[in-house]
Amino acid sequence: MSNSFAVAFIIIGVTFDLLGCLGLIRLPDIYNRLQAATKSVTLGTCAILFGVALEFGIINSGGIKALICILFVMFTSPTAAHALARGSHIRGFKLWKGSVVDKLKKDRES
Amino acid sequence: MFTFLFFFLIIASFMCLYRVMVGPTPPDRMVAIDILGIIVVGMCALFAAQTKREFYLYIAISWSILSFVGTLALVKFLEGRGFDE
Repeated sequence: MSNSFAVAFIIIGVTFDLLGCLGLIRLPDIYNRLQAATKSVTLGTCAILFGVALEFGIINSGGIKALICILFVMFTSPTAAHALARGSHIRGFKLWKGSVVDKLKKDRES
Repeated sequence: MFTFLFFFLIIASFMCLYRVMVGPTPPDRMVAIDILGIIVVGMCALFAAQTKREFYLYIAISWSILSFVGTLALVKFLEGRGFDE
């Protein structure tokens, strides 16, 4: 580990991963858990991969592979989260009792 | 240094496994499996940085795509549709 920018990005990424999984445990509802976990874990993993790309060197072959992996993660993870939230809403899992707005239900009834 | 980073990622993975075990509804478990796949991608990247070998990044790329396809298959099962629609 010679590059200090790489170390900073990797530490930021691991912190985001840990806080996202803490939200996965602490929050009360499927939709809240999805909201907390998916965003912060995606950002944390992308930060780790960017730090690894800086460690290998951006224009090196390892850096290119890490950037391609960033591209795949940023395309696939929000798509999977969207499909999961929509599927569980269609199946009829209830929101938490403290939730205030449900626009998808209103949209599907009209 | 890498020991502490792997330690924190393993703690995060065990949080996901806790949610897989005690999650009250099926979508909770699916979310936890999806998040566990993304954490494994980050862990493969850390292995690549530790050992200076690049083939762990191939494992990371293919693992991200396989996690996506697996989550979509579970979502189709959740919506009550067949796999060939």
